[in-house]
Amino acid sequence: MKATVYVTIKENVLDPQGAAVQGALHSLGFKEVGKVRIGKYMELTLDTNDRSEAEARVKAMCEKLLANTVVEDYRFELEG
Amino acid sequence: MRFAVIVFPGSNCDIDCYKAVEETIGQPVDYVWHTATDLSAYDAIIVPGGFSYGDYLRCGAIARFAPVMNEVRKAAEEGKYVLGICNGFQILTEAGLLPGVLLRNRELKFRCHPALLEVVNNETPFTRDYAKGEIVNIPIAHGEGNYYCDEETLAKLEANGQVVFRYKAGENPNGSVSDIAGICNEGRNVVGMMPHPERAVSELLGSSDGKRMFTSVLSAWRERHGATVNG
Repeated sequence: MKATVYVTIKENVLDPQGAAVQGALHSLGFKEVGKVRIGKYMELTLDTNDRSEAEARVKAMCEKLLANTVVEDYRFELEG
Repeated sequence: MRFAVIVFPGSNCDIDCYKAVEETIGQPVDYVWHTATDLSAYDAIIVPGGFSYGDYLRCGAIARFAPVMNEVRKAAEEGKYVLGICNGFQILTEAGLLPGVLLRNRELKFRCHPALLEVVNNETPFTRDYAKGEIVNIPIAHGEGNYYCDEETLAKLEANGQVVFRYKAGENPNGSVSDIAGICNEGRNVVGMMPHPERAVSELLGSSDGKRMFTSVLSAWRERHGATVNG
């Protein structure tokens, strides 16, 4: 089974990288760009076929290590 | 008084911390590898700066699960003195020993220069030799020192006197909330700070203002254990 994990900075927390990339896009002429938020994308292959077990385990991984929930949100998708 | 300087793969201020203890207060100090499972011999633990585990994922995120961190937690709970500097501060927040988190500097630049700090709380074991409100010169060197916590936590920090150091007004180098440069836990025995006192222990280094953090903790320990012990 494969898990795809997305970690993003919480809405109310300043994302300096996103702000810098937004500025760069504007200076390149992409004026339509409103807000840019930068996050992390992770692919995990899991040695299990049990979907509900995988779901609980990946959630625990996110809470414990993959995201710092003080400033980050996470979501994930399971496949296979 | 015995000091431990924790060494993770990627620590790079461990030698400076070790030398600072030797030079400023001449107390016994050991390097302790991140796999250690017993810190009972030590009275103070320094978690030094650097890039533990390459700062992969987030600064301190992987280091906090090193075996030695269980022992650091135990030591903190026993009231022993714990000082996290720079990456050490990041590790202590990831470990939940201090609240909040260190984000990327607001201007995205790695800032490496002397910094003027205000001593906000001089009633911690690490700051008792400073005057309250005193301005000290202690260098910073970080790309992720932008201290952040939610408003509720900030109000709690302020109300409990847990803000230990602030960048001098108008000179915040990283965008941290409320100009915070260093904080402590509620028990005051765990302090985390982005500036490097171990790099400010001699005028030859540009400042000796960091020295008193070491003399402070020695005097705190002596007061607790009786002045006659261990010189």
